[in-house]
Amino acid sequence: MKKENIIWSAVKTGLIFGVITIFLSFVGMVEVFSKRDVVEHVITLGQFVLLAAAFASGLISSRGTLNPPGQNKSLPALTAGLVAGLVTGTLLGLLVFAIGDSAEPALRKIFLNASPSLYQLLTIGKGAGNYWVMPTVGAISGLLGAAYLLLPELLRRPINRALLVVVFMALFSGLFRVVFINQGPGMEVVAKFLFGQTGLTVAGTLIFFIGVILIALFWNYRGEQIQSGVARLPKSGQVSLRVATIALIAFVALGLPLVSGPFIAQVIVTVALFILMGLGLNITLGFAGLLDLGFVAFYAIGAYTVGLLTSYGPFGLQHIPFWVAVPIAVLVAMGAGFMLGLPVLGVRGDYLAIATLGFGEIIRLLAGSDFLAPFFGGPQGIIGIQKPCLGTLEPFLKVDVPRVCNGIELGKPQDIYYIAVASALLIAFVAWRLRESRLGRAWMAIREDEDVAEALGVNLIQTKLLAYMLGAAMAGLGGAIFATLIGSIFATSMQLLVSINVVSLIIVGGMGSIPGVIVGAIALIGLPELLREVSEFRYLLYGMTLIIMMLAKPEGLWPSQATLRELHHSDVKAETKA
Amino acid sequence: MLKLDNVHTFYGNIHALKGITLSIEKGEIVTLIGGNGAGKTTTLRTISGLLKPREGSVTLEGEDLIKYKAHEVVYKGVSMVPEGRGVFARLSVMENLEMGAYSLKSKQELDKNIERVFTLFPRLKERRTQVAGTLSGGEQQMLATGRALMANPRILLMDEPSMGLAPVLVELIFETIQQINKVGVTVLLVEQNALMALAIADRGYVLQTGEIVLTDTAENLKKNPMVQKAYLGVE
Ligand SMILES: Nc1ncnc2c1ncn2[C@@H]1O[C@H](COP(=O)(O)OP(=O)(O)OP(=O)(O)O)[C@@H](O)[C@H]1O
Ligand SMILES: [Mg+2]
Repeated sequence: MKKENIIWSAVKTGLIFGVITIFLSFVGMVEVFSKRDVVEHVITLGQFVLLAAAFASGLISSRGTLNPPGQNKSLPALTAGLVAGLVTGTLLGLLVFAIGDSAEPALRKIFLNASPSLYQLLTIGKGAGNYWVMPTVGAISGLLGAAYLLLPELLRRPINRALLVVVFMALFSGLFRVVFINQGPGMEVVAKFLFGQTGLTVAGTLIFFIGVILIALFWNYRGEQIQSGVARLPKSGQVSLRVATIALIAFVALGLPLVSGPFIAQVIVTVALFILMGLGLNITLGFAGLLDLGFVAFYAIGAYTVGLLTSYGPFGLQHIPFWVAVPIAVLVAMGAGFMLGLPVLGVRGDYLAIATLGFGEIIRLLAGSDFLAPFFGGPQGIIGIQKPCLGTLEPFLKVDVPRVCNGIELGKPQDIYYIAVASALLIAFVAWRLRESRLGRAWMAIREDEDVAEALGVNLIQTKLLAYMLGAAMAGLGGAIFATLIGSIFATSMQLLVSINVVSLIIVGGMGSIPGVIVGAIALIGLPELLREVSEFRYLLYGMTLIIMMLAKPEGLWPSQATLRELHHSDVKAETKA
Repeated sequence: MLKLDNVHTFYGNIHALKGITLSIEKGEIVTLIGGNGAGKTTTLRTISGLLKPREGSVTLEGEDLIKYKAHEVVYKGVSMVPEGRGVFARLSVMENLEMGAYSLKSKQELDKNIERVFTLFPRLKERRTQVAGTLSGGEQQMLATGRALMANPRILLMDEPSMGLAPVLVELIFETIQQINKVGVTVLLVEQNALMALAIADRGYVLQTGEIVLTDTAENLKKNPMVQKAYLGVE
């Protein structure tokens, strides 16, 4: 590659990242993020985003110069990184210039967020005329990005892991702090040492960073030995090791709500709910290839069924216990899956997406309509859903008076947690068994080629209906549990966005993969829930994540075995060709 | 064994088969040759129930096939190797073969058939965990054929198995067809490659724009001037 080319492409990369950072500044994200710290008193999250952008532009443009890899071309790589970072930083410097030093910048008439505080931020508090700050910082970050790429693999991986862990810990430091402090005075000291109010403390950062690097290095040297040691263990030893692992996971899972407090428990319940819906849609979409954009409808049906059957509010019909209502809700949702399946059986591909989209909207509108308000509460929704009771319930007395539970009432999010996690595990097991069954094969055959599947003896109508019904049942179970957790249901929460979330989490996790559903739900639902502070930009980040994922890792975070094999074999082919 | 009598099949208003009459006896290899759009695929799809004729009858050993749904026909002993192979691209070779035995009830029979297919195509055994979509064209044809055999067919319908394959592979596939036929499977072979098809077939039919224009023994068809001119490239 010629020198001009290297510079020019570095400039282009720098420009792209510069424009992105300016965009993030204008939408106000940088400023909002600056209220959070990565390392307390040292670097804010907002600054970190800017640095990361320059770092990434340096890294990406220097990677372009290392093609083919393996040759020692550190000078062009470093140059490219420096130039790209400088360009990114310069764009931010220009932004500082454009905002100007006045109390009411002219630019602010158009871009509300081009405020003096953004100015402060972009000059790192140095004030008037310091346009040079951003270009300098950018150039250094870009250079670091390039240098990082030149590090030997042995060091790069540990550093990479350590950075990830530090950022993760910093993002959730508030959460950890609260959880730790709740454990008593001994832990409080540790918590305050590691976690500050808004981010990690300097000490905490160092401890995590160095700790992770040490662990990673140790694993590098000893990992293989340990693994082969485990492999050499006698069979009984391996079994007991596995049992011990499962026991440990179970112990953590059982103990978690006791230490975490209601907030985290509620987040996990939400994740479990989306895992249930994801597993359901994974059957219809992932296994059978039937796109359903109205999946929220089944969730709604499960929720409303449990609501109507157990509520002590004005719309309660039956006042039966949770444990009886849930199976009924699952069956009703299954029936709804059948009703949806019948008319859309013959519809294929894009048309199916539109038809199911319509179904989802119809259910939401019907549930929230004034017309059906006497049954479903209309916009007021259904309130007063009876909490599950381990024991016997006193008979229903009158509207708006909860029934008394003689026994243990599972009222808190921490209690629902157990129900939700157990259901998610159970359903994951069911989904896995289904996948390996004759029915599962038939679904996948339909997904691949309907006509051929039919010619091989697959009854398309029956098999597709079963896919809709079982998918719906799982979503219905999710709805039933969630309604009980919240204690009320509102039609307005049954938005199309929920369906889109479920589709996205399946795609991000890895289409057709059961662990993928779990990972996808944690990544797309759990993390944003925990990061409530950045909720303003939740969907911006969400969209960016989806785009980056589809570009960088289209097979998903945890692809199914088949996808892996496919990729593996195409790699082999590419190698033999080269 | 298999009889089509005056079969008319339509795609909407398009009259694709205009009264086809043909018959295949037990143990025969019969070929159906014809140019693009003649209606060969349509004929096979009509036999296997994926299309329903508007008129005429399709019978297998005297039993009406039309009354069965497409997914029931395979239980009567009719298997198809579809045009363009139609392997399940994201399933493994093994899973494809298992799908082929979808109509079988017993696991033992499935295992026995898989062994049989693997002896017929040792190549598939080597690749049994590979995803079908990454197989070569020839391997995919083997897989599609093996998959059709998994259902213990009495009659095998093959739609242009030679399409897009190198001559060596075509020969291999055609040899396998003969082998399959020897163990008692009747074969209806649809081909554009008339030369190869007539070399292994007992009898042949020539299809043109939805009509049978000629039928004879394979030997005679090879000598027929019209067949030579239109399908064998002889001037
Ligand atoms: N799905 C369809 N809709 C409408 N017309 C169709 C359809 N499939 C096939 N046809 C028409 O029916 C006629 C016969 O098609 P067919 O696929 O049976 O031909 P073929 O002999 O198999 O040709 P080829 O050798 O190219 O595969 C053609 O004119 C074709 O255009
Ligand atoms: Mg054809």
